[in-house]
Amino acid sequence: MDFFKRLLFLPEQASTFASKVDELHVFVLVATILASIGVGVTALYFFFRFRRRERHQTTEYIVPTVMTEFLFVSVPFVLFLLWFALGFRDYTWVQTPPRDAMDVYVLGKQWMWKFSYPEGPNGVNVLHVPANRPVRLLMTSRDVIHSFFIPAFRIKRDVIPGRYTDTWFEATKPGTYDIYCTEYCGLSHSKMLAKVVVLKAEEYENWVKEQRMGDKQNRQDALADTTLVSPRANLAQQGQRLVGEAGCLKCHTVDGEQHIGPTFVGLYGREERLEGGETITVDEGYITQSMMVPGEHIVSGFPNVMPTYQGKLHSMETAAIVEYIKSLRTRDVVNTASKGPVYEPVRIQ
Amino acid sequence: MSQSASSNPAAAPAEGHAPHKSYLTDGTTVRSWLLSVDHKRIAIMYLVLILLAFLVGGIFALLVRIEHLSPGPTIMDAMTYNRVFTLHGVVMVFLFLVPAVPSIFGNFLLPIMVGAKDVAFPRLNLLSLYLWIFGAGLALWGMINGGADTGWTFYTPYSTTTTTTVAPILVGVFILGMGGILTGLNFIVTVHTMRAPGITWFKLPLFVWASYGTAVVQVLATPVIGLVVLLTAADNTFHIGLFDPARGGDPVLFQHLFWFYSHPAVYIMVLPAFGIISEVVSAFSRKNIFGYRMIAYSTLGIAFVGFFVWGHHMFVSGESTLDAGIFSVITMLVGVFTAIKVFNWVGTVYGGAVDFKTPFAYFCGFLFFVVFGGMTGTALGVVSLDVHWHDTYFVVAHFHFIMVGAAMMAFLAGLHYWFPKMFGRMYHEGWGLTGATLITLGFIVTFVPQFLAGNYGMPRRYYEYPEQYQALNVISTLGALMLFTGFFTILCYLIYALRHGKLATSNPWDSHGYEWRTASPPTTHNFDGPQPFFPEEPHLYTTKPAPEAQHAV
Repeated sequence: MDFFKRLLFLPEQASTFASKVDELHVFVLVATILASIGVGVTALYFFFRFRRRERHQTTEYIVPTVMTEFLFVSVPFVLFLLWFALGFRDYTWVQTPPRDAMDVYVLGKQWMWKFSYPEGPNGVNVLHVPANRPVRLLMTSRDVIHSFFIPAFRIKRDVIPGRYTDTWFEATKPGTYDIYCTEYCGLSHSKMLAKVVVLKAEEYENWVKEQRMGDKQNRQDALADTTLVSPRANLAQQGQRLVGEAGCLKCHTVDGEQHIGPTFVGLYGREERLEGGETITVDEGYITQSMMVPGEHIVSGFPNVMPTYQGKLHSMETAAIVEYIKSLRTRDVVNTASKGPVYEPVRIQ
Repeated sequence: MSQSASSNPAAAPAEGHAPHKSYLTDGTTVRSWLLSVDHKRIAIMYLVLILLAFLVGGIFALLVRIEHLSPGPTIMDAMTYNRVFTLHGVVMVFLFLVPAVPSIFGNFLLPIMVGAKDVAFPRLNLLSLYLWIFGAGLALWGMINGGADTGWTFYTPYSTTTTTTVAPILVGVFILGMGGILTGLNFIVTVHTMRAPGITWFKLPLFVWASYGTAVVQVLATPVIGLVVLLTAADNTFHIGLFDPARGGDPVLFQHLFWFYSHPAVYIMVLPAFGIISEVVSAFSRKNIFGYRMIAYSTLGIAFVGFFVWGHHMFVSGESTLDAGIFSVITMLVGVFTAIKVFNWVGTVYGGAVDFKTPFAYFCGFLFFVVFGGMTGTALGVVSLDVHWHDTYFVVAHFHFIMVGAAMMAFLAGLHYWFPKMFGRMYHEGWGLTGATLITLGFIVTFVPQFLAGNYGMPRRYYEYPEQYQALNVISTLGALMLFTGFFTILCYLIYALRHGKLATSNPWDSHGYEWRTASPPTTHNFDGPQPFFPEEPHLYTTKPAPEAQHAV
């Protein structure tokens, strides 16, 4: 087995899925190699055995018997169906994340990967995971389609803007492995690389703790780091947690970049041009109205896609979000490395 | 001479008395070529143009390979690289592979093989040539002025937001598609209505069956790519947002529409190639095809099933597990149909009398490549394995095995087999075999390392790549240079043969294919004198008459 894996250049095997799927890998490829050599050798033998002996040689009229025809159809059919059955079995397995999987959110954007842990730190281009524990990745893209690929784990999933896709793995060997983007995404597609660092369980716990204590200088992380919120947090801190839970951050950013909706940074108190042409000052009333009746006043240049939160957020929660937005006064934390989404807003004349 | 030799149709009716000129000399002005409605002249014009397109695509390919000699930047920057691989794909797929065999060999031979004077609609045929020129011109203009960097797949939303020039290339593809539809329509009608007496459906040469199956796919599938490229061009130019999630559009919808054409398009590229191989293997092993009906039916089978496997390009693109399973199992059927053909080609050689000439050397390479390329394709259809291989060099190597290994080898086999038919001259056999050897070995050296690189995890469309993949890439580039040398050799001796080659007899291969019943090169109306009658099935090399009731199917 190891010999074949080396022969076929299969990368290191570092996840449960990799060990599950590699045998089929080897079986399919070895069968392919044997079949092509088999057909090739048979043909070469025939070429030699039945070479032409005179210019206008006549030959016997041969047509296949029913048995030959049956074999011609059934042999490949059975072989390929076997491949399919084994492959589909493994695929269903890798498509079904275990219930106890730990979640990590993955955001792909030109040309970097961001990883956010529900109760832990964020990371750019480095994903830390514990070994021997299933990890589910919930992935979306901010601009074009990307694809998340870890060769050592044999997993891959496209990362699509406007949709969530997921995949999961259980790493088996501590170490550092490559993450590639495998869906062509523009100029620096080949530099959209990241690493996954697999740590032993206790090392992982230490790492998480370190991160939580870690530098709060980096406001980018601190803003989205909800673990810093104590249970008796003030409204703005509650709001910070809520915007993540309620899904606001899928469309609104807290780093000053425009996404599907306006950014929260500096929103409060701003004069906004509305779609109808009039302007409005963003105040508590407008923010609340936007959550409850989102289509009422659309800021010019943004699509009318926000769902209503009427009945989903109670009033204190609404207030907490308003407070949170009010706290984001400046945009001094803008991430200069990123150019943000490339959507050109439709200009309606 | 045996009885079969005396009944050899090589003694074509037109030979000997010279009142009828060959199509090459019947009219020598430029106008007589450019406005010709003769299917053979149109085919020759296609040959010249499509080979020029192949040259352009080949240069792009070589640039890509040279860039990959080192992991970092080698000879160009990232933007140039992205454009170059896009243009390689666009040129090779839309300007070369899709039209090559139908427009060149189909046009030249299909009417002769059904015993007709021309295709059913000769003027439409000329129009399709000019549509090709116009579409190709527009696409090339777009490539020079801006040049798309989206990959030939034009995936949205990247293709609708990129700053490079995508729209003219997409519109060019649309126009090329119209030409393809006209050619397909022409072939369907010709095969249905213009078969000469004696040619029943199951006495059609298998090349005609293959061209017919291809034509059906072309007519049914091409409108879909027409639709999707126009919508993408509109999205790119006017930002209508059809595929843009930020405006409620769906980027994955594009992929469904795109592959609904582009998967059947694979069969537009390889089915006619399979047809050529069926002819070549019969002619050079002097055998009736083993399992004629099996090959004919599997052609239709591939053409039909090919419409229902597009989802296997999207196993990791957000498709439900059940969807993936359905597309996977249907994909296996394509493998079965192709296997049937392969077994029957090998079976044809059994009990034959093989003359190992240049076209047969290509058949030899073709056979290995089609089995390996086909089975790796089926392997890619195995869902769990595709998760690892998707969008890696494994896929690149697989489809080059099919597109270059199968389609290109068959194209070269056909070019060598029918060269005397088309031009009335012979090329040098020794050089022919040298060329075939260079191409076959060069091909193996180029693409086998790519399979391994893909297995190893190297993603496709990477300008720079991690260092561990360098050795495989360098070997692959050396293979590409060998391949290039092979093509250059072929080009040289064929051009030399055009002027200085030995004059060919009407039937230099002693083939019993229908097309060899006319003179080589044929006269303008293919068959002179009374309407030809075809009493025997094609490629009958036996002394005994064929048994009427075969136990085949």
